[in-house]
Amino acid sequence: MNEDWALYEVFIRSRSGLEHKHVGSLHAADARMAIEHARDTYTRRLEGVSIWVVRSSEIVASDPEEAEALFEPARDKIYRHPTFYAIPDEVKNL
Amino acid sequence: MLGFGMYTQALDSAGAAEPQGDVDEVARLERFQARIDRDEKIEPKDWMPADYRQALIRQIAQHAHSEVVGMLPEGNWISRAPSLRRKVVLIAKVQDEGGHGMYLYSAAETLGVSRAALIEQLLAGRAKYSSIFNYPTLTWADIGAIGWLVDGAAIMNQIPLCRCSYGPYARAMVRICKEESFHQRQGYELMLTLARGSAAQRAMAQEALNRWWWPSLMMFGPSDAHSVHTAQSMRWKIKRFSNDELRQKFIDVTVPQAQYLGLTVPDPELRWDEPAQHYRAGPIDWSEFQAVLEGGGPCNRERLAARREAHEAGRWVREAAVAYAEKHGAHAEPARSG
Ligand SMILES: [Fe+2]
Ligand SMILES: [Fe+2]
Repeated sequence: MNEDWALYEVFIRSRSGLEHKHVGSLHAADARMAIEHARDTYTRRLEGVSIWVVRSSEIVASDPEEAEALFEPARDKIYRHPTFYAIPDEVKNL
Repeated sequence: MLGFGMYTQALDSAGAAEPQGDVDEVARLERFQARIDRDEKIEPKDWMPADYRQALIRQIAQHAHSEVVGMLPEGNWISRAPSLRRKVVLIAKVQDEGGHGMYLYSAAETLGVSRAALIEQLLAGRAKYSSIFNYPTLTWADIGAIGWLVDGAAIMNQIPLCRCSYGPYARAMVRICKEESFHQRQGYELMLTLARGSAAQRAMAQEALNRWWWPSLMMFGPSDAHSVHTAQSMRWKIKRFSNDELRQKFIDVTVPQAQYLGLTVPDPELRWDEPAQHYRAGPIDWSEFQAVLEGGGPCNRERLAARREAHEAGRWVREAAVAYAEKHGAHAEPARSG
């Protein structure tokens, strides 16, 4: 019967100096084919200079249900931002 | 139906985890609608109503199938393109449409349906795709008319979908819309070349417009009065404009483009409504639309047969790829090239 090839997530570095960014996914029989399919599917217009592929099943993701528990604690820590500190205008280069 | 390998962005949990029992269904639905109303994006692992999931699967799958089947009418002319320039352009366009199908199948898979199941539905004739692709491409001018009108109508439909409430679909649409513009422009340029050519070329362009105009207007779907899914889809922000609104927009931008070509839109009732600042088209023959949708179009049978044949003819390649991967270990590093 019809069975899907493994799912891979695709990450593309759009220019040298930039990070790889997730662009989508595709199916492939192996990693080499995943790179080739990613080239054809996601870089037909010079969108990238480097490709990463990773088996989707290897990705561990946080659960949306625990988003609050994970991220809420950072909300009230405004002293982590430079704008928290009042410095007189006369003081330069700070 | 949530199964293995269904998420493309969020993959480790066993499904859109539904809080058990105690959380009241109504409250959950309200919270969901509130997120939509705040223009938050819904992502694969987020809780969503089963109807929302189904509506999206239906729409995205239909859309994906349309891109894939849409390669056939244009592919028909690749080997007969009149110049190398036209040929490379047409190949690039058809390849893009294949790519669009891939982006969209991936987006549908994030909702828990497998790619294999979607393909099987298409090949079994159980899936819908845009009925425009059941019309034949009889002359070279049809390639121009398709790019200009069919891709033009598709763009009109697709731009609002870039803001669709479902994240993976919206992101796929952004990518697609970036690529569509060239499709429409190459089509219009082709029409312009014919319109400025010999009398025979002008006649060919006119004849293509005559055949593609009404089916293009029908691409926006039934009129609002008869559209089953519109209201709920709008509430969920899967859809942002009604079929008739988008059709009107398309008519308003396309009629002047036809005039510039010196071609006549095949609608004797078409007129400019000065107070409303709109072109008013004559009535659409919806019985034709229904007939084509139900399988009575000129090419329904041929399109599916071509897809089935391609699928079968490619079977040995897929099997060989799997055998190769098993032999060398699917996780093997790709060969390093310097
Ligand atoms: Fe497309
Ligand atoms: Fe297109």
